[in-house]
Amino acid sequence: MAVASPTRAFGASIRRREDPRLITGRGKFTDDMHLANAATAMFVRSPHGHARIVSIDTSAAAAHPGVLGVYTFEDVKGFISGMPCAWPTTNTGDTLKLATYPPLADGKVRYFGEAVALVVAVDPNTAADAVELVTVEYDPLPAVINNEAAVAPGAPLIHDSAPGNQAFRWSLVGGDTNGALAHADVRISQTLVNQRLIATPLETRCAVADYNPASGEVTVWVTSQNPHIHRLLIALSTGIPEHKIRVIAGDVGGGFGAKIPYYAGEALCIFASKELGVPVRWSESRSENYVATAHGRDHIQHIEVGATKEGKITALKVTAYASLGAYPSTAAPGVPTWLFGCIIQGPYDIPNNEVHVIGVYTNTTPTDAYRGAGRPEATYILERVIDLVAAKVGRDPVDVRRLNFVKKDQFPFKVANGTLTYDSGDYELTLGKALHTIGYTDLRAWQAEQRAAGKLVGIGVSSYVEVCGLGPSSAANAMGFAGGLYDSATIRVHPTGKVTVFTGVHSHGQGHETSFAQIVARDLGVMVDDVDVIHGDTDKVQHGMGTYGSRSAPVGGGALRMAGMKIRAKAQKIAAHLLEVAEEDIEWVDDAFRVKGSPDKSKTIPDCAFAAYMAGNLPAGVTPVLEEQHWYDPENFVFPFGTHICVVEVDRETGETHIKRYVAVDDCGEIINPMLRDGQVHGGIAQGIAQALWEEAVYDENGQLLSGSLMDYAIPKASVMPHLELGHTVTPSPHNPLGVKGIGEAGTIASTPAVVNAVMDALSPLGIHHIDMPLRPAKVWAAIDAASH
Amino acid sequence: MEEHHVGITVEVNGRPHRSTVEPRTLLVDYLRDDLGLTGTHIGCDTGQCGACTIIVDGQSVKSCMVLAVQADGAHVRTVEGLAQDGRYHAVQQGFWEKHGLQCGFCTPGFMMQSVQILEDNPDPSDEEIRDALEGNLCRCTGYQNIVEAVKAAGATIRSGAETMAVGTGVGA
Repeated sequence: MAVASPTRAFGASIRRREDPRLITGRGKFTDDMHLANAATAMFVRSPHGHARIVSIDTSAAAAHPGVLGVYTFEDVKGFISGMPCAWPTTNTGDTLKLATYPPLADGKVRYFGEAVALVVAVDPNTAADAVELVTVEYDPLPAVINNEAAVAPGAPLIHDSAPGNQAFRWSLVGGDTNGALAHADVRISQTLVNQRLIATPLETRCAVADYNPASGEVTVWVTSQNPHIHRLLIALSTGIPEHKIRVIAGDVGGGFGAKIPYYAGEALCIFASKELGVPVRWSESRSENYVATAHGRDHIQHIEVGATKEGKITALKVTAYASLGAYPSTAAPGVPTWLFGCIIQGPYDIPNNEVHVIGVYTNTTPTDAYRGAGRPEATYILERVIDLVAAKVGRDPVDVRRLNFVKKDQFPFKVANGTLTYDSGDYELTLGKALHTIGYTDLRAWQAEQRAAGKLVGIGVSSYVEVCGLGPSSAANAMGFAGGLYDSATIRVHPTGKVTVFTGVHSHGQGHETSFAQIVARDLGVMVDDVDVIHGDTDKVQHGMGTYGSRSAPVGGGALRMAGMKIRAKAQKIAAHLLEVAEEDIEWVDDAFRVKGSPDKSKTIPDCAFAAYMAGNLPAGVTPVLEEQHWYDPENFVFPFGTHICVVEVDRETGETHIKRYVAVDDCGEIINPMLRDGQVHGGIAQGIAQALWEEAVYDENGQLLSGSLMDYAIPKASVMPHLELGHTVTPSPHNPLGVKGIGEAGTIASTPAVVNAVMDALSPLGIHHIDMPLRPAKVWAAIDAASH
Repeated sequence: MEEHHVGITVEVNGRPHRSTVEPRTLLVDYLRDDLGLTGTHIGCDTGQCGACTIIVDGQSVKSCMVLAVQADGAHVRTVEGLAQDGRYHAVQQGFWEKHGLQCGFCTPGFMMQSVQILEDNPDPSDEEIRDALEGNLCRCTGYQNIVEAVKAAGATIRSGAETMAVGTGVGA
C-alpha cells in the first residue's frame, strides 16, 4: 500500500525505511566495525565496593605474548584525568561538591566494577587472558549503599572533597506549603522508594577508535545517543582539537538514557589508539554493562500531603535523597533536580508545594538519565498520593484526580514553583477516553463481585503530564546545563529533486529515518522514498544535541519544519520567475506552486531545484543551489499528557500479580507516524511495568551488585507482558512548528504508578496501602501474610 | 598458539567454510569475527538474551552457547541467509510490516527463533508465540508487535503468497 501523495505522508503508518538493512543483517552497529589491524581493549575491574588500592602489578600481563599495553591511572592521566560533568547544577547556598571522576581508579575504588587497569592485546582472547594476569592488592573499606545512610553521621567517607557524602542540596518552593499543611483537613505522610534500575539496552556499549598520528585526526565509532556532545566532551577532556575528532554513532542498539553519558571506555580507546598507533576496539560484556554503564532512578522520598476532606490537595512537600552513585556522570546532577522537581505537581493544580533534593554519593555505579529521567519519579509520587488521599477521604481515585486536575481553560498554566508554563492540555479528555475504553463503571461492579468471591483484583489509574522536548536553551542554561538545547536541520534538495536531510538528533530505535522523511516529504511535496535522513556522524551533520528527553520530534522535527519552510520560500521565488508571474500570484496547493486561478500552471520543488542548480535563469538576488539550514531553539518545552488504567489480579497464595487489562490513552499532539508512536508507547509501558513488578538493581552491604546479569536482573519477557490497548487524543502544542509533543518516555512515566495503584487497590481490602517496588511475589505474599495475622 | 588450533568445516547459508579456530572460540564469534557475518549479535554472556540465535542443522540455538568446533560439519543458517532468490523470508516481511523491531539489535535472533516457531507450527496462537519466544529478550517493543509479526509471517507462509522482493517496499 503505497502512500500515493506526499501530502498524506505526514500522519501515515508507513513502514520504516531503516528496516531493510536491519532485517537482513546489514546494520552497522559499533561492534560490527572490523578495522584491519585493530587491537582489543579490556578492563580490569574492582571486585570491591569501596577499597584502597595498595598495589597494582601489571608486569605479568605486560609480558604475556600478544599484549600491546597495560595501563593504570598514572599512565593515562596525562591524556585524560577526569570524566567531565555537563550539568553541574545546584540552586541553594550549598556548593555542589563535584567529585573528580577518574577514567581509571586513582588510589581508591569507590564502586564494584570500577575500572582499575586497561589491557590492550592483539585479540579478545589474549586480552581476556591478560586481564587475569593483572594483580591488584586492595585494602577493603566499609561501603555505604543506602542514600540516607550515606549522609548520616559516621558514614564511610567516599570522597574527601564531599564531606558527609553530600553532593548538593537543591530546592524549589511554590506557595506556602507549611501553612497549607497546618490548615489541612487531612494529612498523610508517606515514604516511597523509587528503586535503582539498569537501562539494559540489548546492545551493550562499544567503541572503536582510530587515531591517525600523521594527521592528528581521530575517528571514534561509539554507542552514543548524542555524537556531537560526545565530540565536545572528548575535546574538552583530552585536549584533542574538536575539528580533528570525528564521532560516528551509526546503528545503535537502544539507549534509554544510558548512552547519553561520556564514559572512560571510549576515552581510553582513543588513548590506546594514539599510544599504540593501531585502531583499538572495546566491547562491553553484559556483566560489565551492568556495573560500568550508568544506572537510573534510586530515590528515597519522604512526602507530606495536606488535603481538604473532599480530597483537594492543598499542600505537597517532598524531600528526596537521590543517589549519584560513586561519581558524577555526565548529566547526573540535573536528573533528580530540574527534571524531577519542576514537574512535581504534575497535571494537578496544587498551589502550595515544595521539593527538596539531597544528592548523595554512595558506593554504587554512577547514575544518570534513564527513560523518563526525573519525571517518572515525580509522577510516581503524585499518582500514589492521589490514591492515598482518595482512600483517606473515601472517594473514588478517579474523582480525586478530576477534582485536582488543571482545567482545560487554565492553559497556558504556570506551575506554583514558577519554573514551567504548560503549553496546552486537556487532562479530562484522556482520562475520559481511558475510562470509556476500559468500561470503568462496569469494571468497578465486576471488582465488587470478584472481591465478594474472595479474589484480590485491583484497578489502577495513572494520569500524568511530562515536560519534554528539551528544550529552550535559555531554560537549559538557567538550570545549569552546560550546553544549548536547540537542534539543527539541513535540507539539501539535489538537482534531480531527490532530498538528503541532515539532523542533529539521533535515532537508536525511534525510526527518525522514516518519521523525519515524512515531515520533509509533506513540506516539499515529494515522495517519502525520495528523502534520505542522515544522522549520527559529526563529519556529516553540522551540529546537534542528540536524542533524549523526548526531544527528537519536537526539536529536531521542529528544525526540519523550519528548514523546509525556508526551502519553500526560496523555491517560491524561483517558481514565480519560471511561471512568469508575481510571487504573490502563486500558492502552494497539492504539492506544487500553482498560479492562482490557473492551477495547471505549476512548478514543483524538483522543478525549482533543477533551475536552482542550472542557475542561469534565476530571479534577481536568488543564489544558486537549493539547500537550507535551520537552528531551532524552542520557545518553551512541550507537555504531553495522558491516562493509563491497569487491571490486575493478585494471587493470594503466591503473591504474583497478573495484569488482566491495560489501557493507555496518550496525547502527544500531532502524530507523524501512528505505527511508530504505538511502538514507542508499547516499549515505554513494558519498561514501566517492569519497574513496578520486577526490576531492581540490588547491592549487598559491601557494595557487590547482586543483580549483575540478565539471569538476576528481571527485564520482561514476551510471556509476562499483557496485550496493550492504546488510544490517543490530539491536543497540538501551540508553539511547536509541527504541533508535536514527543512520545518516547510517556509509557514509562505513566505505567509504573498505574500498575502499583492497581496492586494496592487489589490489596486494600486487607488493609494494605503501600508496598515499595518492585512488587515481586515474595514481597507481596509477605505483606498479605502479615495482614492476615 | 597456532598448534592449539583446530580445523573445522561449516556450511553457512549454503556456503562451505574451512577454518582453523581456537578450541574456546564461540560459534557466534566465529561467525562474526572469522566469517564477517555481523548480522548475528551478542547481547549478553549468560545465554539469556537470544540476540545470537541461529539455526544449526534445523534447530534454533544460541550461538554464544555453542563452540565453533561443535559446529564442525553442521549446516548453519543466519539472518544473512534468510532472504532467498531475491525475496524476503515471510518472517522478515512480517517484522517489517508490523513494526516488530525498533533498534534492530535483538531482531536477527528473534527472526531466527520465529523461523523455528513457524517451521514447528505455522499457525501458533498468541500464547504459543509468547511462550516460544521465552529465550529472546527485546527492550524496545514490549513484544506486542513482535507477536503480530510472527502471526503475519505465519499467515503469509500458510497462504503461499509471494513475499516482497528485496530492495522494494520502502516508503509505503
